[in-house]
Amino acid sequence: MNGLRYVYAVCRPLGAPLQTALSGVAGDPPRLLAHHGLIAVVSHVPERDFAEEPLRRRLEDLDWLTETARAHQQVIDALTAVTTPLPLRLATVFRDDSGVRVMMEEREQDFLRTLDRLDGRVEWGVKVYVEPEAREPEPAAARPVSGRDYLRQRRTLARAQEDTWQRAEEFAARLHATLSARAEDARLHPPQNSALSEASGQNVLNAAYLVPRAQSEEFVEIVDRTKGEEPGIRVELTGPWAAYSFVDMTEEVGAGGPGEDA
Amino acid sequence: MTMASRMPEPYGQGGGANLADILERVLDKGIVIAGDIRINLLDIELLTIKLRLIVASVDKAKEMGIDWWEDDPALSSGARRKELARENAELRERLARLEELTEPEELAEPEELAEPEELEPARARQKPRRDAPREARGNARKESP
Repeated sequence: MNGLRYVYAVCRPLGAPLQTALSGVAGDPPRLLAHHGLIAVVSHVPERDFAEEPLRRRLEDLDWLTETARAHQQVIDALTAVTTPLPLRLATVFRDDSGVRVMMEEREQDFLRTLDRLDGRVEWGVKVYVEPEAREPEPAAARPVSGRDYLRQRRTLARAQEDTWQRAEEFAARLHATLSARAEDARLHPPQNSALSEASGQNVLNAAYLVPRAQSEEFVEIVDRTKGEEPGIRVELTGPWAAYSFVDMTEEVGAGGPGEDA
Repeated sequence: MTMASRMPEPYGQGGGANLADILERVLDKGIVIAGDIRINLLDIELLTIKLRLIVASVDKAKEMGIDWWEDDPALSSGARRKELARENAELRERLARLEELTEPEELAEPEELAEPEELEPARARQKPRRDAPREARGNARKESP
């Protein structure tokens, strides 16, 4: 069976080989498809899961989605260790190799420009949480002895929570300013829903920073130093990621000059 | 040396990053390129995926016994009602006990009667309970025809 082509990323030719035991989406090892001065990292996926109709359904199957997303990320991770890849979104699928080549040719200039911009950079994710302890004093407090006492307790609790929020917001703003000054670029993402992330506490800052590899060590240390600085506030660092948050090329699409399709 | 070893490895995630972080990047970020097989991950599809994920993880959490939001009066109106009902039952019991003490023999100990602070809020807190069923009945009447 020939199957469809799943594309993970586009990059410049690799200086070092990909790790050998790497398995991609649907268990097929990724291959390198060269075209002009670029390569696409692709693997074969079965039509029964990745043709348009089944894919729609599959994307809503949590177990399948988890497995596929992890496999996708694993390949991008392996690439990040040896080069600077432009990661594609999950489930970018072509009928065959020639479809991939056509796409690469059409977007060649965009790819080259973006690869130049991101060369040697990685993305670090930083999240700030308000710890759930802020909520706990309520059941622990002494039972109200009167209506007035009950209202007083509620007011104290509400004030304490407001204070925590204010402190967290100020802390997050300060941290973001510090880190932005150390990064080449920064993006603020919407806070993660705690029901989705299953992380404890309320996410108040969800940011990504573009940092040159050479300066990553320093960046990580700055983040580490802020941990535990404020009681009730938690800082989380993830990465290094491929520059997922900084590959946005939409403004360049279709803005091509005349003669591009000649 | 930690300096050299830290960079190539994912930081503080032991090789497996948090699923929410992976999905956030893999689904929301990255380059959008229309393949031959086109799935529009940008709008509706992504929204349904997210909704389902939230639903799925809430169910999972419940299975594991994490359901504090159902008992937290600040988050669940059901919990607030439950709390009121419980408080009311308790107060009614106390009231009955007080009445028992006062009615048969007028000689009941004075301290037990002289507690206006206890009784007033009790009455005040009973009020919303009397209102609630009336409201509910009103709604039911509106809906039934």
